[in-house]
Amino acid sequence: MLKCRTVWRTLAPLARTSSTVCRQNARRAGLNNGRLPACVPAAHMSTAPAGGGRENQLYVLLVGATCVGGAIYAYRTVKGDSQRYQDRIDEISSRPLKTFTEEPATPTQSEPPGERINQRILGIMSLLPFHCRTIFEQNHTDEPVIEASPEEAAEPPVVEPDASPASHKVSSHTPYLLIGGGTASFAAARSIRARDPGARVLIVTDELVPPYMRPPLSKELWFSDDPSVTETLRFKQWNGKERSIYFQPPSFYINAEELGSAENGGVAVLTGKKVVHMDVRGNKIKLDDDTEISYDKCLIATGGVPRNLQVIERAGEEVMKRTTLFRKVEDFKSLDKVSRNVKSITIIGGGFLGSELACALGRRSTESDLEVIQMYPEKGNMGKVLPEYLSNWTTEKVKKEGVKIISEALVKSVVSKDDKLEIQLKDGRLVKTDHIVAAVGLEPNVDLAKSAGLEVDSDFGGFRVNAELQARSNIWVAGDAACFYDIRLGRRRVEHHDHAVVSGRLAGENMTGANKPYWHQSMFWSDLGPDVGYEAIGIVDSSLPTVGVFAKATAKDTPKAATEESGTGIRSESETEHTASSPVASSAPSPTGVQHKDEYGKGVIFYLRDKVVVGIILWNVFNRMPIARKIIKDGEEHADLNEVAKLFNIHDD
Amino acid sequence: MSYCKQEGKDRIIFVTKEDHEAPSNAELIADDPNDPYEEHGLILPNGDVNWNCPCLGGMASGPCGSQFKEAFSCFHYSKEEVKGSECIDHFRDMQECMQRYPELYPQDDETDSSSQEAESRSALPTEKDSTAATSTAEAAVSADGTSPTDEQTAS
Repeated sequence: MLKCRTVWRTLAPLARTSSTVCRQNARRAGLNNGRLPACVPAAHMSTAPAGGGRENQLYVLLVGATCVGGAIYAYRTVKGDSQRYQDRIDEISSRPLKTFTEEPATPTQSEPPGERINQRILGIMSLLPFHCRTIFEQNHTDEPVIEASPEEAAEPPVVEPDASPASHKVSSHTPYLLIGGGTASFAAARSIRARDPGARVLIVTDELVPPYMRPPLSKELWFSDDPSVTETLRFKQWNGKERSIYFQPPSFYINAEELGSAENGGVAVLTGKKVVHMDVRGNKIKLDDDTEISYDKCLIATGGVPRNLQVIERAGEEVMKRTTLFRKVEDFKSLDKVSRNVKSITIIGGGFLGSELACALGRRSTESDLEVIQMYPEKGNMGKVLPEYLSNWTTEKVKKEGVKIISEALVKSVVSKDDKLEIQLKDGRLVKTDHIVAAVGLEPNVDLAKSAGLEVDSDFGGFRVNAELQARSNIWVAGDAACFYDIRLGRRRVEHHDHAVVSGRLAGENMTGANKPYWHQSMFWSDLGPDVGYEAIGIVDSSLPTVGVFAKATAKDTPKAATEESGTGIRSESETEHTASSPVASSAPSPTGVQHKDEYGKGVIFYLRDKVVVGIILWNVFNRMPIARKIIKDGEEHADLNEVAKLFNIHDD
Repeated sequence: MSYCKQEGKDRIIFVTKEDHEAPSNAELIADDPNDPYEEHGLILPNGDVNWNCPCLGGMASGPCGSQFKEAFSCFHYSKEEVKGSECIDHFRDMQECMQRYPELYPQDDETDSSSQEAESRSALPTEKDSTAATSTAEAAVSADGTSPTDEQTAS
C-alpha cells in the first residue's frame, strides 16, 4: 500500500504537467471551430515565441520520457509486489498440508521447533477467512468436492450428522449450475446440453414451477376461451395450435438427486430454493436451507423483481393487498381471479407490460362490466419507445380496446377508503378503483453481487459483464440481470424475452468453451390488440431522432395474419420456423375504417444515433426481421433512409 | 406520390407502392461466411452439424439427445447411395428412446413414426444451406410439427 502511494506521489507532478498540455491542446481545437483530429501534435502550440519551436519539442520529449519512465517503474514495483505476494501464498498453502500429512514425521529439527511450526501455522491460519480454513480441514476429514457417487445418489443433498470440525452441511457438486429458472436459464441449459454431450445441468429456482415463458402471461393467456386456462396454462395460437407456457413438460427434467448418476446427464430443476450466498473463491453457493452446492461453471440468471411505486409501498396493508406487481405465473392467476370479481382495475404504467395488460383486460371488459383504467406520466402509450406521433396513434387504438386512458398522470398518494382505493394525482385528479396493477419497471436482482463480489452497473443496473457475458472466471450472467457490452450498440441491459433466449444460449455456449461475444441481435415484439403489432430490434428509445416510412395497411397486415402464416404465437420463433402447413383460411378482420393520409397502417421506423441506425421498428410489417438485423449489424451511415426502407418491401403482403 | 413531414426530431415519410418500385440503392455490407461470431444454421461452415441450432428445437439436448445426435450424424455423413441406409440401428435406438418419453416426443402421427426410417431416408434432402436444413430437422423430429413449437426455439 505504501509503495503505491510513493509511486503515485512521484507520478503526480508529471500527471499534472501532462494534463495541462492536453488541456491547452483541447482549448485550441475548440477555438479553431473546425473538426481537428483528436490528437493535435504538441509541436503546433502557438503560444511559444516564434523561435521557441525547438524548445517546445525538447520539453515534450522530456515530459514523455519521464512519463514512460515512471510507468515502467510503477509496473516493475507492482509486478515485484505481486510476485512476492504469490510466493508467500504458495508457501503458506503448502505448509499446512505438509504438517497434516507429515505430522508424525516432523522435520529434522527436535520437538520444540516442530511445535513452534505448528503454532505458526495456526497463527497464520487464523488470519485466513473462515471458509478458507474449513477447506484446509475438509481436505483431510472427508473427500473434497466430488460428484455424487451412485451410492450417494439416493440421498437428498441435505444435512448429514457431520463429523468434520466445521459445522456446515454436506456439499454436493454439479458441473453446470444455473441460478434462476427463467427463460435465460433454460436457453443456457439447452445450449450446454447440445454442445457438451452428457452434460449435467442443475437449475436452482425460487419459483415453485419449472421454467416457462413470460410473454403469454400478458397476452395469449388472456385471450383463451378455455375456462381452466389458469390451471392448464395452455394457450391456443391463432392457427389453432396449442402449447403450454412451460418450455418442457416435467418429464423432461431429471431429479436433482439423480443428476450425478444419470448415464447421459440431463437437466435437473431444484424448485423453491433460493441461493443466498455465493462463494466465488470456493466455487460454491449456499441455499436458503443451508445446503451447499459446488460447481465448475455457474450462470446467474436471476432476472428481476417488479418495481413498485413508493407511494403504494408506504400506503399500508390495505392498499398493498389490492395491488398486483405482475411478473410470475401466480400473478397471472391472481389477477385473472381479481378481474372476475371487481368492478374497476387501474393499471399504472404505460410501457410494454402495462399496455399489454390494459388491452387484455380491456378486451375482457367488453364481456363484463369491468372498468379498465390505464394511467402513466407520459403523453401516450409506449411514450418512451415510440416517437410521439406513433405513441398518440397507439393510444387511440388502446382506447378502442375499451381502456380509459389517463395520461400525464403522476400519482401523489393512494389510500384505501370504504373498501375502494382512491388514487390522488399530482394535478388534483382523483381516481377511484378496486384494484391496482403496478407495471412500472423491473428491478434487476443483484442480491448475490455482495457475497460473490461481483460488479453492479450503476447506469443500467444488473451485473456488469463483458461482451462474452462473463462476470468473472467461471461465472456468466444472462437475461434481464445482465448488463453486458454489445459490440455494436454499446453497453446495455435488455429486458425482453428474445434477449433472454439469445443471451442464455450464448452464455451456455461460452460456458462450454465457445468464447463468442454478443453479436446476434435480439428482437422484441408487442401486440396491442388485433390491429396493432410491431417487431423491433436494437435500441428503440423515443428520445432518439427517428425516420418513419409508412404505407397504408390492408387487412392482411395484422398480428393475427402474421402468426397464422408462421404457425407460432411467439414471434421470435417465426424466423426459424419452417411452415409446413399452409396458412389457415380464417375470417380476416375487415379493413380498418377510413384510411386518410395520416393513418400509420404499416411501415418501418429507423432510430438514429449519430446518423447510424441503431434501432428499427417494423410496424405491422412481419417476417422481415433478418433484414432489420442486417442493417443494424452493418452499422453504416445511410444517406437516404427511404432507400433502406425499400429493402423491406412494406407494400408486399 | 410520397410526401414527407417533420415533427420535431422525427421525420415521417409516406410512400406509395410505385414509390418503392425502383430497386433500392442502399448498400449493405457483404456477409463473411466464415465470420466466427455469426449464428449458423443447421450446418456449420466446416460441414459439421450445429447441434445448438434453434431449428432443432430441443432435439439434441433432451433425454434422447445422444441417440438423436448419433442417428443424425450418421445420416449426415452417410455417403451411401440411399443416404442413411446404414443408420437404421441408430434411428431405431432413437425411436425407442422417444417412445419412452411420449410427452416430450408426441407420437400423434402414428403412421409417420412407424415408417420413420423410410421417411428419414427419402424425405431428408442433402442439406446445402440452413433453409433446407430446417425441413430436414422437421422430418427427423418424428414428422411431428409440434415439437419445435412446443419447445422453445430462439431467433
